[in-house]
Amino acid sequence: MVITKATSVEVRLPSVLGFEKVAMGTAASAARLMGFSEDRVEDLKTAIAEACINAMEHGNCFNENLRVSVTLTLTDDALEVRVADRGTGMSRPMVPPNIDRKMHGDEPARGLGMFLIQSLVDEVEWVTSAPGGGSYVRLVIRLKKDN
Amino acid sequence: MQTDTRVAVDQISDAGGRPVTVLRFAGDISSTSRDAVLGTYQGLSKIDNPRILLDFSKVDYLNSSGIALVIQVLLEASRGEQSISIFGLTPHFQKVFTMVGITKYTTLYADEATAVASFA
Repeated sequence: MVITKATSVEVRLPSVLGFEKVAMGTAASAARLMGFSEDRVEDLKTAIAEACINAMEHGNCFNENLRVSVTLTLTDDALEVRVADRGTGMSRPMVPPNIDRKMHGDEPARGLGMFLIQSLVDEVEWVTSAPGGGSYVRLVIRLKKDN
Repeated sequence: MQTDTRVAVDQISDAGGRPVTVLRFAGDISSTSRDAVLGTYQGLSKIDNPRILLDFSKVDYLNSSGIALVIQVLLEASRGEQSISIFGLTPHFQKVFTMVGITKYTTLYADEATAVASFA
């Protein structure tokens, strides 16, 4: 598919675990239309799932009345994803997981989501106090020639 | 939304005739899978199940909370001196497990036959 101007797709999810799969499927379809390789599509799916779960859990506190907004913006060379919630955003920097500490029970086994997001996409921006309230994370994966 | 984690426990033998326990997961592995993953593992006697394989070949969806459950299984197994290996992960999740560092504490195999052979 040739994209001559930026095109957006928006999905609004209830803050209920499992619905992140709707965003994963939508993003995967968009990425395939743009020509991303399957391994990059898998990277994107995992990153979006983790971003949606964070938004549902930490941003919207699993309040089913609050929505997680996922906006995909397709350009000729990149796919940008914004995952927005009604929370206040990141209160701490991302710390890479320490598997030795986890395997010794010195830190919780959980807490991998932000690391996976950061590792699997080309660019990440965590935005607190977004215009209109809430916060969002912006992910970008770029369509490279070797895709 | 309900998620669906299914698990079956199989007893097989390695080339030397020693018992190998296989936990075959299917469906989703996420935060709601605690009983299916950790509960099933904890229900196995550590003495009677010294060699365990985790089979992910029929897992459709895995997220960071599911990976955390695998880490908890590995942690408990290391305390009980059990040997655990993993097979059936997609190339994407082989990469993710490696990124997280899980391969420092277990080995990932492409298929069951290779994984069983590793116990010999």
